[in-house]
Amino acid sequence: MRDKGLIFAGLVFFLVLITFPVWYDLAAGTTSKGPDPKLPTAEKDCVAPLEYMRTSHMDLLLSWRDQVVRQDRLTYKAFDGKTYDMRLTGTCLKCHTNKEEFCDRCHTYAGVAPYCWECHIDPALAQRSRG
Amino acid sequence: MFMLEKAVVGSRRYWIWVGCLLAVILAGFLCYLLQLQVGLGITGMSRDVSWGLYIAQFTFFVGVAASAVMVVLPYYLHNYKAFGKITILGEFLAVSAVTMCMLFIFVDMGQPMRVLNVILHPTPHSMMFWDMVSLSGYLFLNALISYVMLESEREGVAPPHWIKPIILLSIPWAVSIHTVTAFLYNGLPGRAFWLTAILAPRFLASAFAAGPSLLILLAMVIRKLTKFDAGSEAIQKLALIVTYAMLINVFFVLMEVFTSLYSNIPADASHLKFLFVGLDGNTELVPWMWTSVTFALLSLVLLIVPRYRKNEKLLAFTCVIVFLSLWIDKGIGLIIGGFVPSPLETVTSYVPTLPEITIVASIWAIGMLMITVFYKIALSVRHQLG
Amino acid sequence: MSIDRRKFLGVAAGASALVLAGKASVDALASGSQPKQGGSLANTRWAMVIDPAKCLKDKGCTACIAACDKVHNIPDFKNPKHVVKWIWKEPFKDAFPEQEDEYTIEQYKDKPFILMCNHCNNPPCVRVCPTQATFRREDGIVMMDWHRCIGCRYCMAACPYGSRSFNWLDPRPHIAHLDPDFPTRTKGVVEKCTFCEERLARGEGPACVEACEAKAMVFGNLDDPDSEVRQLLKARFSIRRNPELGTQPEVYYLV
Repeated sequence: MRDKGLIFAGLVFFLVLITFPVWYDLAAGTTSKGPDPKLPTAEKDCVAPLEYMRTSHMDLLLSWRDQVVRQDRLTYKAFDGKTYDMRLTGTCLKCHTNKEEFCDRCHTYAGVAPYCWECHIDPALAQRSRG
Repeated sequence: MFMLEKAVVGSRRYWIWVGCLLAVILAGFLCYLLQLQVGLGITGMSRDVSWGLYIAQFTFFVGVAASAVMVVLPYYLHNYKAFGKITILGEFLAVSAVTMCMLFIFVDMGQPMRVLNVILHPTPHSMMFWDMVSLSGYLFLNALISYVMLESEREGVAPPHWIKPIILLSIPWAVSIHTVTAFLYNGLPGRAFWLTAILAPRFLASAFAAGPSLLILLAMVIRKLTKFDAGSEAIQKLALIVTYAMLINVFFVLMEVFTSLYSNIPADASHLKFLFVGLDGNTELVPWMWTSVTFALLSLVLLIVPRYRKNEKLLAFTCVIVFLSLWIDKGIGLIIGGFVPSPLETVTSYVPTLPEITIVASIWAIGMLMITVFYKIALSVRHQLG
Repeated sequence: MSIDRRKFLGVAAGASALVLAGKASVDALASGSQPKQGGSLANTRWAMVIDPAKCLKDKGCTACIAACDKVHNIPDFKNPKHVVKWIWKEPFKDAFPEQEDEYTIEQYKDKPFILMCNHCNNPPCVRVCPTQATFRREDGIVMMDWHRCIGCRYCMAACPYGSRSFNWLDPRPHIAHLDPDFPTRTKGVVEKCTFCEERLARGEGPACVEACEAKAMVFGNLDDPDSEVRQLLKARFSIRRNPELGTQPEVYYLV
């Protein structure tokens, strides 16, 4: 066992690396409590039930996208009978006015970066560009 | 499994060559990262000249890839034994060239991450869809054929019987890849320079001159560096193929020139004027085009006269100027000339930028690296067999 | 020559398969300009009729261009090679290159004409798009799906009118004022005039038409015999750009 030292050092290095997610949060003081999006106060109901939106809002948005762009449809009848225009900025962001405090909270936690925002405008950003 | 272990042993010279190629590839890769970050605006393309060096190089190398058929057809279909040693080199050249083509297309995309949309939303009325199908198919066919044939050679057994129909399929498939590439251009009503039925035949003729020229040069280089000798009969036969293909290609080009200049329709003739004389003070491509013409005519003399063609030192020079002449004609003149003047008669200059040229050079280097590795494997296998 | 039943059936089946395959491939190749399904767009064929005489009255006016730029967040790239334009002006001789003549009507010879996407009925750009990111709607509008576009620029090569622009760089930094009602586009996609389809969906007219003070542009439904565009085309002779190419453009210029 000539290389005992090297093997032992390698094993320790590997263990440190593999347990990184556990000790990094503890060391940095951040908790893994979960995201905390700030819900809008103006409206109580979204275009679909909460549980559905939590799990599948991307499916809804993709369906809206294809209906608006490729099938020239505009109106969506929500689960509670109300009708909405199928628009990201015009409908969703009308209630969820603060993208940073709502959308980004979960997205950052989950480590996703949807590229919708490369084109679709966050009104807060537009405000800054106007002012 | 792919005999790759044969490519990682080599002389100092081999590793210096591979190292240089890897350096160029790295430089190109870094430039491509810049392009992903900033956009295609780092190239010299513009609203009027919306395709440039990337697509032009793709067009040229599709021809080189298709030219493998010029060794496959005589050997497998007509039992021309002299090509026996050289077919594997032709097939490997095809694999490398098709890969280069697909890379050239990829780096030209504005949204490369969405390239799978072409498969997710198949569009049979688009020639670009069929281009993807035919190039992918050709790559698969040639990769399979090369692998099976070389593996059989290494094992010292006859190749499996089912490879023969696949090899025969690759013959019309080779013609189809370059025809489809021509169809990309010659179905566009607004581009008079490309709207000609002779474009596909012209593409094939120039491919069958450029590809075998490159194959001759590669065979000569390998003969210098290794014990492998393709045989002077094979080289002479390839030279004869280049001769006839070049004759037909020059004839086709002259047909185009006559049609445009004699009919004197401004929309048609203006593109030739831009390329050979200059338009609105823009004479960028004029020296290139006349170099291409000079090389072409000189090469015809050196190819037609048997004494010159049989002189292998001179033949090497001839193959170089054939390749360069056709590379300029198809790889630069055809694409840029199609866009200038625009349908609104504007003349926009196109000069590739340094990052653009670096990316192009790195794709060449990838192709050369693939050829190096493939030929190293093939020749090592043959050394093993004595 | 005798033939047994089995052989006859085999030949018949083979021949039918060949005919069907041939028909299918011809259909597939020609289906580029077929309109997409869906939407209540039947009996609508949008067209634009422009009266250059009215337009030229106020030389130097660019109200239509400014309106389009504002409503669609068109970026302003300083480098002319990267310019993005959905509606723009071009001298008569360049808008109608096949009409080049030294005795062309003095009125039009050196004056600018308003150009935009012609929303052809037989659009070559739609025929070549490998992902159907550009497609022709039932109401005649040639649409852009910026989510699907892979930026291959084949449509730009195919368009005989130079109507399409590509985002060579990220457009956002080059937009002076972001209008949140319409998305910007991202680098790497092709864009062009869409006859303001988003405004049409709301019952409004195209921004350029509504901005024109000289009322030189009229937009309407060609399938409605009482529409203003139909009346104009009945009353006066009009020309379209490069009609000999078979693209069937829907932007008419009254002369």
